[in-house]
Amino acid sequence: MKALVTVKRVIDYNVKPRVKADGTGVDLANVKMSMNPFDEIAVEEALRLKEKGVVTEIVVVSVGPAKAQETLRTALAMGADRAILVSTDDEVEPLAVAKIVKAIADEEAPGLIITGKQAIDDDSNQTGQMIAALLGRGQGTFANEISVEGDAVVVKREIDGGLETVSLALPAVITADLRLNEPRYASLPNIMKAKSKPLATKSPADYGVDTTPRLKTLKVGEPPVRQAGIKVADVDALVAKLKEMGVAQ
Amino acid sequence: MTKVLVWVEHDGAIVKDATLSAVTAAAQLGEVTALVAGAGVDGVAAQAAQIEGVAKVLKADDAVYAHALAENVAPLVAGLLSEYDAFVAPATTTGKNVAPRVAALVDVAQVSDILSVEGPKTFTRPIYAGNAIATVESSDAKLVITVRGTAFAKANATGGSAPVESVAAGADSGLSTYVGSEIAKLERPELTSAKIIVSGGRALKDADTFAATITPLADKLGAAIGASRAAVDAGYVPNDYQVGQTGKIVAPEVYIAVGISGAIQHLAGMKDSKAIIAINKDEDAPIFQVADIGLVADLFSAVPELVGKL
Repeated sequence: MKALVTVKRVIDYNVKPRVKADGTGVDLANVKMSMNPFDEIAVEEALRLKEKGVVTEIVVVSVGPAKAQETLRTALAMGADRAILVSTDDEVEPLAVAKIVKAIADEEAPGLIITGKQAIDDDSNQTGQMIAALLGRGQGTFANEISVEGDAVVVKREIDGGLETVSLALPAVITADLRLNEPRYASLPNIMKAKSKPLATKSPADYGVDTTPRLKTLKVGEPPVRQAGIKVADVDALVAKLKEMGVAQ
Repeated sequence: MTKVLVWVEHDGAIVKDATLSAVTAAAQLGEVTALVAGAGVDGVAAQAAQIEGVAKVLKADDAVYAHALAENVAPLVAGLLSEYDAFVAPATTTGKNVAPRVAALVDVAQVSDILSVEGPKTFTRPIYAGNAIATVESSDAKLVITVRGTAFAKANATGGSAPVESVAAGADSGLSTYVGSEIAKLERPELTSAKIIVSGGRALKDADTFAATITPLADKLGAAIGASRAAVDAGYVPNDYQVGQTGKIVAPEVYIAVGISGAIQHLAGMKDSKAIIAINKDEDAPIFQVADIGLVADLFSAVPELVGKL
């Protein structure tokens, strides 16, 4: 069974984003970029399924600028087999990404599609669900644990009240939550090896997908800033404050 | 008049509070119809009919809608949308699971996690873990939206008397099956609706220490218990305790952060709290930059002392 994994190049997890002064977006010039953390988990899960002999080939896909190639190389260095870059300098919304991935899935016929549950830049949390809808397949979102059993995949999902388990007919779409696994680091020899793994470059037009945004960003602003308050000297002072606030009697 | 279909979040018996915030947001767009999908949901539909601002309740009562499997529920909503201009769901894990599937079925770009309604098709929403707020305008004919509960007041749960209409159920998709769930029994308030939250971080050492330290304080204050990602990852508490960018978004009256350093991903989940109190032994911890009241102290002595003096 083939696994298709989507990865996105985003601002690094540890960088504090800064809003541009002209209100058009977040300043990404000279900012460290990395693979979306949830996508790393998605890649790792595919690798583990391959190590178990469930998955035979891992294809990683990214829709984004030419530099997203670096993100794909990272996935290849982790152990993915080949990569497809759908290159565009435009901002591509989740719906258009899902349409592109659907078209790729129609060609590649993967048994599993694994995505991160959300990208930490636009925080949309949509793409995996949309891919599943367009393909008419089951979706195991916010996956905490998965196991392939025959022609089904059993997914333990992180939900508001705790955990829920669903069984999905294969092929299916999984979106990775934080605790699905702990992604590995690519070793230096594997980073070298990844340079010679196949990476195909395509365009959205190759898949007949119109990426014109449906949502127009009118403005990007700073959130309301919270002022730091006071520090109290000891527990007694804290108790006094809590009483003032009516929290304690 | 714009007709808005609102997803009623429920557990089979009770309408969840997140629904009430979604109704408030939806009412700013137009006339609200509440959709109750589930199995054996007469009681839930009757409750939904009483929510102030709900003009009509649609009840899809069938075994295929039990557990709100997205594969069965999304086609129902997509079908109903032929007569509605917008679908609004609370940004709960159910809403986040179902809404994008609906959006893709009706070829609409979803607007996730809205904070405000600025116009008929214009909304604000957080991006980059809430470090920026985007104002976006949809150009689609219909809207699919999820609503951040903490950003909208709750509609009154009673006072309305909307008629309840049944809608025919669709077929089972055959794509997914509910197997089971592990839902924590709540002996204290739910995180997303609690007035006071006591939250613990990695500094709590292990599950036993977390429970022994945080629980007495939460009990004393009648508070819900939350945790940072680090504490959840380390196995101190279950995943549904997590507050942050990818966990729960909370905005209680008082948020007490114990042994939490304040990573931006955690702040994203709680910085709209009315008052933030931080106890941390590192005086440079970022949590103090957002805390209204900070106490620099070793939590293992300060928290028990606090419990004793409250």
